[in-house]
Amino acid sequence: MTTHQEHDKVGSGHQQEFHDAHDTHDHIVSPRIYIIVGATLLVFTGLTVLASLFDVGVWNPVLALFIACVKATIVVLFFMHVKYSSRLTKLTVFGGVFTFLVLMGMTLADYFTRAWGRW
Amino acid sequence: MSDSTAIANGTPPAAPEHAHPPYQRHHFESMGQQVDATSFAMWLFLLTEIMFFGGLFTAYLIYRNWYYPAFVVGSHQLSLVWGTANTAVLILSSFTMAMGVWCAETRRKGGLVLCLTLTFILGLIFLGIKTIEWTEKAEKHHVPGFHYSVQSFVDPQSDTEVYKEYKDKPLPLDMARHTEVYFSLYFAMTGMHALHMVIGISILAFLIWRARAGAYTTGHVTFVENFGLYWHFVDIIWIFLFPLLYLISRHG
Amino acid sequence: MSTDTIISLPDQSTARVPKVNFWTKENGVLSWLLTGDHKRIAMLYLISITVFFFIGGALAGLIRLELLTPQSDLMATDTYNKVFTMHGVIMVFLFLVPSVPATLGNFLIPIMIGAKDLALPKINLLSWYLYVAGGITVLYTMISGGVDTGWTFTTPLSTHYLNTNVLSTGIAVFIAGFSSIFTGLNFIVTIHKMRAPGMTWFRLPLFVWSHYAASILMVLGTPVLAIAIVLVALERTLGIGIFDPAKGGDPILFQHLFWFYSHPAVYIMILPGMGVISEVISTFSRKRVFGYTAVAFSSVAIAVFGFFVWEHHMFIMGVSTYSTLVFSLLTMLVAVPSAIKIFNWTFTLYKGSITFETPMLYAFGFMGLFTIGGLTGVFLGTTGTDIHLTETYFIVAHFHFVMVGGMLMAFLSGIHFWWPKITGRMYPEKISQLAALITFIGFNFTFFPQFILGTLGMPRRYAAYPAEFQILNVFSTAGATILGVGYVLPLLYLAWSLRYGEIAGNNPWQATGLEWQIQSPPLTENFVEIPVMDHDAYDYEWLERQKEKEVTTSVG
Repeated sequence: MTTHQEHDKVGSGHQQEFHDAHDTHDHIVSPRIYIIVGATLLVFTGLTVLASLFDVGVWNPVLALFIACVKATIVVLFFMHVKYSSRLTKLTVFGGVFTFLVLMGMTLADYFTRAWGRW
Repeated sequence: MSDSTAIANGTPPAAPEHAHPPYQRHHFESMGQQVDATSFAMWLFLLTEIMFFGGLFTAYLIYRNWYYPAFVVGSHQLSLVWGTANTAVLILSSFTMAMGVWCAETRRKGGLVLCLTLTFILGLIFLGIKTIEWTEKAEKHHVPGFHYSVQSFVDPQSDTEVYKEYKDKPLPLDMARHTEVYFSLYFAMTGMHALHMVIGISILAFLIWRARAGAYTTGHVTFVENFGLYWHFVDIIWIFLFPLLYLISRHG
Repeated sequence: MSTDTIISLPDQSTARVPKVNFWTKENGVLSWLLTGDHKRIAMLYLISITVFFFIGGALAGLIRLELLTPQSDLMATDTYNKVFTMHGVIMVFLFLVPSVPATLGNFLIPIMIGAKDLALPKINLLSWYLYVAGGITVLYTMISGGVDTGWTFTTPLSTHYLNTNVLSTGIAVFIAGFSSIFTGLNFIVTIHKMRAPGMTWFRLPLFVWSHYAASILMVLGTPVLAIAIVLVALERTLGIGIFDPAKGGDPILFQHLFWFYSHPAVYIMILPGMGVISEVISTFSRKRVFGYTAVAFSSVAIAVFGFFVWEHHMFIMGVSTYSTLVFSLLTMLVAVPSAIKIFNWTFTLYKGSITFETPMLYAFGFMGLFTIGGLTGVFLGTTGTDIHLTETYFIVAHFHFVMVGGMLMAFLSGIHFWWPKITGRMYPEKISQLAALITFIGFNFTFFPQFILGTLGMPRRYAAYPAEFQILNVFSTAGATILGVGYVLPLLYLAWSLRYGEIAGNNPWQATGLEWQIQSPPLTENFVEIPVMDHDAYDYEWLERQKEKEVTTSVG
């Protein structure tokens, strides 16, 4: 077996085990959760369609995006097991979303302020 | 380290023992490490996908802000029924995919094959509906770059079906021309999404074939799990595409 | 100048390159083309990168030749546009971006962290094939008429006004971009998941930290370039209107997407080089790097802040003045971590036992030239001065100082530093020191006049210029000739050393780091047993104790 053996030659004895972060693989998400999440997603889809049929002015897109974010979040947390995953996985997801928001937000910073004219 | 010195003097090292599972690669020290690493790699790949689509979403946001009336009438040209149906189809396919992963984890070969097959079929249905929608768009000359026509937007009453539902006012010519930007984004985003679906469905076909041979129900589920991540991600993209493209303003 | 040297070679009359190593383990072309060994892949990259470097260099030679005279007399202006575009595309995407990571990074990272290979060897190989595919597509572009948009593909020029090979160049860059993404992805996974026992984050060599930071940029930034290219392709072929003002599109949107990648790209290019410098300066001062934590965190800080500053490439393009304010301030911020590193290296040198072997000469060159380049970057990040300096030769000089005076010198430093480890042989010291000196002199002659030219107002990307600029241009071309000699020399003597170089032994530099504790060249599996790390990086006391133990417990 090629796992590390006791290394005495450098005089410090047994070192830590390889970090076997089995989180996602020890914890098996039950079908019950999947059914609840799936149903919720379908309900929210209906909700968002319904919401679009009413005119609430500037809140239309806000509501639509909010619902979409909720749906995406439960897909990420439960279908993609992030709720049961390591901190590294959670950080990775956050890093991706953050960078995307930087791209969008800071680009919009240009577009939204163009109409302000000069100083 | 004395082994390295011995090697440097010409004595070859003793052959390593092969006491690890057959599907563990030699450079990994344990299965746990291999599973961890490949899963993390899949997440990093998904990050690249977030940034790839992110550029499109950014473009969308800017142009929607600039040309809101054009985006409104443009989105009226999309079928709410087909769009909602497709969303439901993808959500269902995400569910069946998640169930497939569960079957693999609990070593249910039959269940895994069933779930993967259902996911496959639902994916095909999604693409089928997309094809119907796109054909419709082509017939009405709403595909940028292919004899794009602003007729429906300068004279909404000429498009009787859509006019009946939304009673849009005619747009001035320059704003009507900007509907082409809307449709460019529509086709770019749904097209890129559909491309990812095609790739996913192709891999699903491979997965089904291997699952029938029992490849994923003996404890080595990483491929199915990681593919599941990909599939859910494609679903998430659609979760955002649907309201942004279809639900801009459906109140008539 | 001290005649001391820290080089410590085994007895040349009895020393041999180890018979079993990653070069000799398997034979045949397929064993190389289908390898999973990160070291072999690194060598494949080294060869292909060198080929493209010299092609890009030849194009630079053509540029400098044309600019000897104020008129556009060597080639038509259209041809000149194609030459500088190809020079940029090849040098940026096919040389600078992969240079250190794909060669030295690939080779060293698993060894430095105590692993047997990268996490995803097949992806690593795929990465190389994608690089080659991108390179071949670039070559195809060159021979089928070239492209003349500049490497920045600015719209609407690239989408509407030019009839050259924008599409194939775009495809080439798209493919090469994926090569980069997969390399970065591989590094991140490897560094997180495959460190040996005891190898905590803060015991990693700083070379690993800088590659980690660069990899984050590769993974998160490159896809945005990909989508920008896709949209340009769609705009060109279908006329979708996304960048077309006539249809309501905004050409500046392309620039936002392009520079969102291309600014972090410059950090992708420089961070691995900075990692090399950390290793080299420590070794040739016999001192641990001053402020290890600061250098490690500043690498990551550069990566993070590097995402917030891209609009400074667009100050004159028509973006809102308020956004230029924001991005200008943020640009000042991103200069700080880079400066921190320079300070830390300087303090490492202070009271160190400095010797002047070739890698160290290149490192000194790096420190001076990168500092100058970086400082001029501050002038460019200030909107008020940028308005006058942008699109002039000042910019050209700025980025060549950081990229050539900085990055390329770091690359050469690293190649020389790790050459004995990779090949088992030493390069000839005297001629290599000479080559380093020639490079330094040639570089300054080539690019310093360009700062002056820029402030005087000579625009970039022009084949013809006002006659009063000629003398400085002649200086610059003369320098370029010297620089060319300085780059050809290593090619020659490094090749020579493969056959005739002195046997290096495990640790010719008496350096710390796991790579110096294994044989030169390494075994395919790097380590017979995974080592257990029990000391910090750059621990020269530990090294002394090791040497004492070797003397008393020699295996013979």
